[in-house]
Amino acid sequence: MLSKGLKRKREEEEEEEKKETLAVDAWWLDPSHSAVAQAPPAVASSSLFDLSVLKLHHSLRQSEPDLRHLVLVVNTLRRIQASMAPTAALPPVPTPPTAPNVADNLLASSDAALSASMASLLEDLSHIEGLSQAPQPLVDEGPLGRPAGGASPSLGALDLLGPATGCLLDDGLEGLFEDIDTSMYDSELWAPVSEGHKSSPEDGPGKEVGPDLDEAELDYLMDVLVGTQALERPPGPGR
Amino acid sequence: MDSRLLRQQKDCRSLPDQGEKEPGASRSSVKVTSTLLFISSSSSRSSQHGHRRPLTLFGCEAANLGIKPILPALKGEGGEFRKRRPRGTQQGHHLQRNMAGAGGGNDIQWCFSQVKGAVDDDVAEADIISTVEFNHSGELLATGDKGGRVVIFQQEQENKIQSHSRGEYNVYSTFQSHEPEFDYLKSLEIEEKINKIRWLPQKNAAQFLLSTNDKTIKLWKISERDKRPEGYNLKEEDGRYRDPTTVTTLRVPVFRPMDLMVEASPRRIFANAHTYHINSISINSDYETYLSADDLRINLWHLEITDRSFNIVDIKPANMEELTEVITAAEFHPNSCNTFVYSSSKGTIRLCDMRASALCDRHSKLFEEPEDPSNRSFFSEIISSISDVKFSHSGRYMMTRDYLSVKIWDLNMENRPVETYQVHEYLRSKLCSLYENDCIFDKFECCWNGSDSVVMTGSYNNFFRMFDRNTKRDITLEASRENNKPRTVLKPRKVCASGKRKKDEISVDSLDFNKKILHTAWHPKENIIAVATTNNLYIFQDKVN
Repeated sequence: MLSKGLKRKREEEEEEEKKETLAVDAWWLDPSHSAVAQAPPAVASSSLFDLSVLKLHHSLRQSEPDLRHLVLVVNTLRRIQASMAPTAALPPVPTPPTAPNVADNLLASSDAALSASMASLLEDLSHIEGLSQAPQPLVDEGPLGRPAGGASPSLGALDLLGPATGCLLDDGLEGLFEDIDTSMYDSELWAPVSEGHKSSPEDGPGKEVGPDLDEAELDYLMDVLVGTQALERPPGPGR
Repeated sequence: MDSRLLRQQKDCRSLPDQGEKEPGASRSSVKVTSTLLFISSSSSRSSQHGHRRPLTLFGCEAANLGIKPILPALKGEGGEFRKRRPRGTQQGHHLQRNMAGAGGGNDIQWCFSQVKGAVDDDVAEADIISTVEFNHSGELLATGDKGGRVVIFQQEQENKIQSHSRGEYNVYSTFQSHEPEFDYLKSLEIEEKINKIRWLPQKNAAQFLLSTNDKTIKLWKISERDKRPEGYNLKEEDGRYRDPTTVTTLRVPVFRPMDLMVEASPRRIFANAHTYHINSISINSDYETYLSADDLRINLWHLEITDRSFNIVDIKPANMEELTEVITAAEFHPNSCNTFVYSSSKGTIRLCDMRASALCDRHSKLFEEPEDPSNRSFFSEIISSISDVKFSHSGRYMMTRDYLSVKIWDLNMENRPVETYQVHEYLRSKLCSLYENDCIFDKFECCWNGSDSVVMTGSYNNFFRMFDRNTKRDITLEASRENNKPRTVLKPRKVCASGKRKKDEISVDSLDFNKKILHTAWHPKENIIAVATTNNLYIFQDKVN
């Protein structure tokens, strides 16, 4: 759905560019430019936004993303989003009535997806880092397996219209574990003492100290699961 | 961790199974002849004149096969610095050359000299050149490609009779530096593409260079062998053992001349120190240490020690979600062994002094030019991202390359560059399209000439540009097979940005953005340049009268 909309917008955008002999970049920054009447900046900005989101997703999908490319695209995306969102710095711009709805929808869907993607990717990078630590100190590593929700302050700027960020993040996490058979860890070994009568024979030592170990065991479980997930990720195509 | 280190090192040293590679790649073939291992240099980059190519021996591979080479080590042989060919005459000749000048008038006129590589337009992925580097004397020119191979060209001794041309470069050695690897822990393939080659200064008869891919740096020794012992008592000349009972007399083996053989062997493998992709290596002026830089970290190595490196720069944020900047290039100062610089994707350069602290996260100097408000756009950051940084030979200046320009910085002034040269300003209005097709992320390199008076960098459409810092003139030339008659003077090219296109000018819209010159190198002493297109290497010289 996104790509269809993108195609249409890009064609419009290209036609605009052919008509204009001026440097196209300048008037995106200045919404009150006289060119607004000819081509609404919201449309052009949003198509650039879509393009950037597309690039970001493409980059994230690679098995080992080019960090420089990723960082530059994300920073550009932030700039575009900052210019599209009405802030105190920018003068109020009367945008065409139809554009904001489309833009907002695009912002909302790609925004949350962006946050989720960025968060999950960067967490994955941390996890990979944690697994392959050689001479580097482990002190600076983020804790493994802590994909707790909530966007960081830096991604907050992207989160303007995203109350769904938390939910999508959780959804993304669930998706990570889909291909992992967690039946082994779902056994009563970890269950509270009250449910001990259903346990398997190995349950003995665990059952006795069940409640005390739960939290620590859960932490360990998270670590192992995320580690397993990282290992099991299929190798992507070579670059 | 140790076992993984071992495994990776073994992978690096394993015999290249040349025969099983994809058919499209032009690989050297491996022939095992009795106890000696020969790699015939049948690479596509053959000399134009069918010059007899020396064979290359993988000393290391022979050792791994459990085969002892017949030839004894030449280590104890005096250890003198044997120059194969005297080059005294060439030195005196070149002192007269005018190093400055890039434009017309009494400036240099650049002529085509040679082109290496396949002629056909169908480019094999493995043949894409990824790095070019002259050694310290300029006699050797090394290229690395996407297939992990290194090809070294050697300049022929100047023909004293025909003094109107400098020596040609012909293939000297070809070897497989890096192989594709598979990181089992991360389930990721590690590319074998050679990102950088750096030569060590020559200390004895052998040559040494560092080559690196995304993860592993290797120190290669390239040595010549032109004598072989003959007259063993227990072995025939072809290596077969003689029956001891048939030996009636004894003789002393003697060294006899043989066809020149150039051996390349990996002497050190520096692995497992980089989580991210290595973009730079730089040898320190102490010739004992070197640095390697990836996207977020810079490590310091000792050339003798492979199992340990020191992290001297780390810009990885505690929370990866806060990542906004990466390291793009790094280099040691040519004279001060405690000073190095690194550039970033935000257009800043940081100079660090290793004497200040063990971890050089805090810079001594920060070089940054304030953004020009009239040129602000969404792409400002991307085009400010520095793709290459090079110190001048003098050490007083450094040059940076961003997407549209080359800047010269005086190390004593941090707030702006002393010189700025526009490489292809006509692209500024096309940034959106270039962002769309990802060309805006291309990483161009730049280089100085030997006297630091001219700088050179590449562009699109197989154009490359030179800027004379003294005369302030610049020139655009093209690397194309159309002008491939030796000593043909290259015609300056011009791109028409807008308006009426004059004769012989090329309009911006007809530029071929797939033909990009990312890698160029300048001979350290002479006016000889090596320019790499996608899969061809062009060598140009100044016109000799």
